[in-house]
Amino acid sequence: MKKTLTALALAMAVATPALAELVVPNLSYRTGPYAPGGIPYADGFNDYFTLLNERDGGIGGEKVATPECETAYNTEKGVECYEATKGSGALVYNPLSTGITYQLIPKVGADHIPLYTPGYGRTSAANGKIFEWVFNYPANYWDGASVAIKYLLDENGGDLAGKKIALVYHNSAYGKEPIRTLQELSKKHGFELVEIPVDHPGQEQKSQWLQIRRDKPDYVLMWGWGVMNAVAIQEAANIKFPMENFIGIWWSGSENDVLPAGDGANGYKSLAMHGTGMDYPVYADLKQYVYDAGKASGAGDQVGSVLYSRGMYAALVISEAIRKAQDLAGTPAVNAAQVRDGFEALEITEARMAELGLPNFGQPFAASCADHGGPGAALLQQWDATAKKWSLITGFIAPDDEVLTPLVMEDSAAFAAENNIAERCN
Amino acid sequence: MFYREAGDFKTSYAADSQTFPIKFDRWRYYAVLAVAFGVVPFLINDYWANAVFVPFLIYSIAAIGLNILTGYCGQVSLGTGGFMAVGAYAVYKLMTAFPDVPILIHVLLAGGITAGVGVLFGLPSLRIKGFYLAVATLAAQFFLVWLFNKVPWFYNYSASGQISAPERTVLGHAVTGAQTTASAKYLFCLVILFGLAWLARNLTRGTVGRKWMAIRDMDIAAEIIGVNPLTTKLSAFAISSFYIGVAGALFFSVYLGAVEVGEAFGIQKSFLILFMVIIGGLGSIFGSFAGAAFLVLLPVFLKNVLVGQFGWATDLAAHIELMIVGALIVIFLIAEPHGIAQLWKLAKEKLRLWPFPH
Repeated sequence: MKKTLTALALAMAVATPALAELVVPNLSYRTGPYAPGGIPYADGFNDYFTLLNERDGGIGGEKVATPECETAYNTEKGVECYEATKGSGALVYNPLSTGITYQLIPKVGADHIPLYTPGYGRTSAANGKIFEWVFNYPANYWDGASVAIKYLLDENGGDLAGKKIALVYHNSAYGKEPIRTLQELSKKHGFELVEIPVDHPGQEQKSQWLQIRRDKPDYVLMWGWGVMNAVAIQEAANIKFPMENFIGIWWSGSENDVLPAGDGANGYKSLAMHGTGMDYPVYADLKQYVYDAGKASGAGDQVGSVLYSRGMYAALVISEAIRKAQDLAGTPAVNAAQVRDGFEALEITEARMAELGLPNFGQPFAASCADHGGPGAALLQQWDATAKKWSLITGFIAPDDEVLTPLVMEDSAAFAAENNIAERCN
Repeated sequence: MFYREAGDFKTSYAADSQTFPIKFDRWRYYAVLAVAFGVVPFLINDYWANAVFVPFLIYSIAAIGLNILTGYCGQVSLGTGGFMAVGAYAVYKLMTAFPDVPILIHVLLAGGITAGVGVLFGLPSLRIKGFYLAVATLAAQFFLVWLFNKVPWFYNYSASGQISAPERTVLGHAVTGAQTTASAKYLFCLVILFGLAWLARNLTRGTVGRKWMAIRDMDIAAEIIGVNPLTTKLSAFAISSFYIGVAGALFFSVYLGAVEVGEAFGIQKSFLILFMVIIGGLGSIFGSFAGAAFLVLLPVFLKNVLVGQFGWATDLAAHIELMIVGALIVIFLIAEPHGIAQLWKLAKEKLRLWPFPH
């Protein structure tokens, strides 16, 4: 054992990464049952920073390094990755896992490193008064739940009374997040909510879909991830559930989820936080500086997919926050605390998105000391199985803040009470 | 040359029956303790604590616990993950309900609660044996995980079903929560592990342990010589569950700080700890340590070598790592079916004769 330890110590000593000025660790997962989601996201994330390095020489003249660490969507490995990378001058973490996010929220507060969780993580972190180091704009799970219900209200002429809506969810912190909101909304709009959990990893869902077949809900919402998505869509097709009444959260709406079900998936809908596809000017640059130069991350076969776009979007927001931090601090070599200030002062306008080569891609938003959650609007997209393409069927729908704001306040107040945190920004 | 008994005279029964009768062994043991308590806490940093030492210490406690049940008493259990979950949720409920009581007491109480649950699920062992008992404990695993997912009281009605550990201190130093220093975490786990390992070692040398081993080796013969199978099997379940519960409580409160039951305490955790016991050596306290070290350190070590030194892609390294660990387990078990503990024993025998093997 001692020998192993010495060897380990040796390996550790040599294993310090090459020092770049700006370090943005990429806690990714390319193995395990969640790899179908993790791979495209990590590729998009890496490729965008590679583009900035190759085309602009980094951000404000400082190169960006994205050391990757494999978490396999596992919290123990996530902790190891966090500890392994935080010493290298990490500026911000984006673990793409709600479970790991819950672990890191107290840690980043103690280590003073910002945590950016776009569209996932702890929803009440939107309250910047309590969660100083966590940011989850532009949208979170409760926004998503509310947008889905709003869309269904529109479909039904503003009345959901007496309807039955089933929620098929991953039985984890991630899947349970929307339940509270949906319960509130069901009280407000008078629909019946049926909660159907699916256990990790979600490959076995026969009994859940049997229950749906028996209960005949009018609509099914899904909070799924990894292989669970593809299995659910296949099962829904098997019981001939009308696909246009089946709506997934944005993590259940990628090509990898619908392609295995073939024509059966036609008409499946999902939420989206951003546009997708390759019809954006940024791809010309990516092609020139990254793909054709042979610097693409991973196998390079995920380009333009939904989750690739999302990884790119996260990288874009992080890079803009770093840029903002550089402006505020007056130096290109910013530290983690300055990057946090950058996140808090960040404003992304439509003009800026167009300038970055992604016009009409995401919603404009501005953060503030109290607001770390952004506007929370989302789009709906529908899968066309013949064209093998997602098409947007709505514009941005704003969530029902009347219901959400009190919930966010309540949950963040509970966290503040548990951890003795005083409100900021007053 | 090493491990020589010559010249090591014992003048009392106590000295003769001590845990480490050979002088060299004893000094080695004191040296390990001195390093563990006196050197490591000053050198440890967050990475070493959270990625290497704390998981190693906690898994060692769990492995000792399972070794008592499976290695010493011969009752196969696949419910370890579920029992760890009992420990974790018990300590969470206690920590949040009685914030003024010291955390050490909560951890031990959580072990006690787990012992009770363990006895309950150990009752079938009086009627069924071997694989059938394994299936019965598997039921405990699935039932307990389901229970902690289903009943919101256990997670204090939090929105996401996660439990997270608030800050608690020992002698003014935080041992749970985000402000905990690496050495505080390490020392807290080390003290508990030391106490429990010492206790386990002595239990297994005494009447209780000999009864367990009698039941393991042949239960009918044991009954004939006067060993009561009811109390023996249930005491093994109780004590084993106590250890596993303490490990679960530390795993949640000190190591991870926030867990969800399905992910942290699923069936794969039961298998992991069973593998630790099998690879380390059934019926050996040292084997529990060796097995835990093997399965905790090796993946971290391989990852650092493959990704850090060779610069391989992370997914490739992760897959190769699975293959290497798997292959090593198979090779180990072919070369020495009784585990690392047996290898260690053989090495000691050889060293005793060295350099004159005849």
